[in-house]
Amino acid sequence: MLVNQIAVFLENRKGRVGDFAKVLADNKIDLVSMSIADTKEFGILRAITRDNSKAVKVLREAGFTVTSSDLIGIEVEDRAGGLSEVLELLYIGGVEIEYLYSYARTEAKKAIIMLKVSDIQKAMAVIEKNKIKVLENSII
Amino acid sequence: MYSDNMQYLSREELKKVQSERLVKVVKKVYDNVEIYRKKMDATGVKPEDIKSIDDITKLPFTVKHDLRESYPFNFFSAPQSEIVRVHASSGTTGKLTVVGYTQNDLDVWADMAARCLSMTGADNNSVVQVSFGYGLFTGGLGLHDGSQRLGALTVPTSSGNTLRQLQLMRDFGADTLCCTPSYAIYLSEAMAKEGFTDRSQFKLKRGIFGAEPWSDEMRRDIEKRLQIKAYDIYGLSEIMGPGVAMECEEQDGLHINEDHFFPEIVDPDTLEPVPFGEKGELVITTLTKEGIPLIRYRTRDITSFKLGECKCGRTLVRMNRVTGRTDDMLIIRGVNVFPSQIESVLFNIGDRISPHYQIIVDRVGALDTFEIQIEISESYFSDEVGKLQALKKEIEHEMTSNLGISAKITLVSPNSLSRSEGKAKRIIDNRKKAN
Repeated sequence: MLVNQIAVFLENRKGRVGDFAKVLADNKIDLVSMSIADTKEFGILRAITRDNSKAVKVLREAGFTVTSSDLIGIEVEDRAGGLSEVLELLYIGGVEIEYLYSYARTEAKKAIIMLKVSDIQKAMAVIEKNKIKVLENSII
Repeated sequence: MYSDNMQYLSREELKKVQSERLVKVVKKVYDNVEIYRKKMDATGVKPEDIKSIDDITKLPFTVKHDLRESYPFNFFSAPQSEIVRVHASSGTTGKLTVVGYTQNDLDVWADMAARCLSMTGADNNSVVQVSFGYGLFTGGLGLHDGSQRLGALTVPTSSGNTLRQLQLMRDFGADTLCCTPSYAIYLSEAMAKEGFTDRSQFKLKRGIFGAEPWSDEMRRDIEKRLQIKAYDIYGLSEIMGPGVAMECEEQDGLHINEDHFFPEIVDPDTLEPVPFGEKGELVITTLTKEGIPLIRYRTRDITSFKLGECKCGRTLVRMNRVTGRTDDMLIIRGVNVFPSQIESVLFNIGDRISPHYQIIVDRVGALDTFEIQIEISESYFSDEVGKLQALKKEIEHEMTSNLGISAKITLVSPNSLSRSEGKAKRIIDNRKKAN
């Protein structure tokens, strides 16, 4: 299944991440995961919340630049080489990965990786063919 | 020793010279340049109406736009066979403003630049290092010719290659340095960094600095760093180049070489002359130029005449340091930048960005910093860093190739730059705080 993620443009200004967290808190939106890709001049905050559509709405109202996109969440064996095997399959299948990050959950037995890919259809075909385990809806 | 008595004429004698020269130049442009003829006909003034310098206010103004419209050579008053050199400066539309010089123009320019150098005490025994850029820019070649005319040993280092500049300055014993004030500071920093710390190895006494806005605070800073006297030189390529006005050793205002360049200061809104000593826009009429004589050319530079006589004895009127401009032109690292140029680059980038931007100019240490903040468009924003970085790079590249100077591009959120009713505050020039 696909996991919806929101991305927020962060200017290189003090307190922007705090402002972001405050907007979600004020609207009682629970943050599930968050990571920041930063360059020297700006950053892009990527987050998954319990209610992304509401988060997009309230963040925009608060003046943030927000977009949402779909990621593929996969489970990989929590052992050396677990990720490597999956990435190789995707590579062979011609799927380009724009970025990925690991998604930590304390009770999980397997490592969870969030992937942003160039072509979701293609990626899903590779995943199904190779019986790679994707994240269950209920997990988030 | 360079000397010319034109600097010391009585005001009446000078006025007579100016009047004779004005009558001649007005007749010449009326006969030779269509734009002038049209402008004068439109206001009903004939060349024969101009009998003395006092009649100058009857004449129409000339603006930079007139020159640009005539790109490249249509504003020339002399036949092309008599033009021996051109210089050019950048303008708003990407078109250059081209100025042509006859041999006589170059001779007058050399004389004036030599006069300027001599005002600071330089003479034929001097070693003059010209660290202004040589090329279409008038700074390098203008002071080069002036230095040679003075009989000084002229070292044409041009700009850049700082280490070699310092070596030659020491080894050739330069006592006079000509460059932009920011480069002077940069040289002083490099001196310390590169180990040129023994001041006794240098003979440097004076610096002739211009082509950039600078302040008295910056003058004191340069004088302290380099242990020299720093002088302000004024000029603009349309009129001639460096040598239109110059500070003498009194450092108390710039003497305008008004035997060749007749100055007026007008209210930029009403175009009426302001009372003597009050601030306004400097307007210059070239009295002797042949290639491109300019009648009542609006320089856009804001200054005022200085009251009283100068202790040096020169009778040439003085003007104060230029404090600003009446248009929105910025001079950044010696390059003319118009906000309209930036707008046209942004327009070509299209809807990936919003049309809102802000220019921030500052001076950090010796060099001007130039930042353009641009709002990305909501619809173009993506979760991928590479996409935004590619956009930033593209804008940087376009700016450099269109402005001739690199700018730091900062992408900011949509709606984050201030919007004000009417005129947006698009330019923040923090260098002005020092003035």
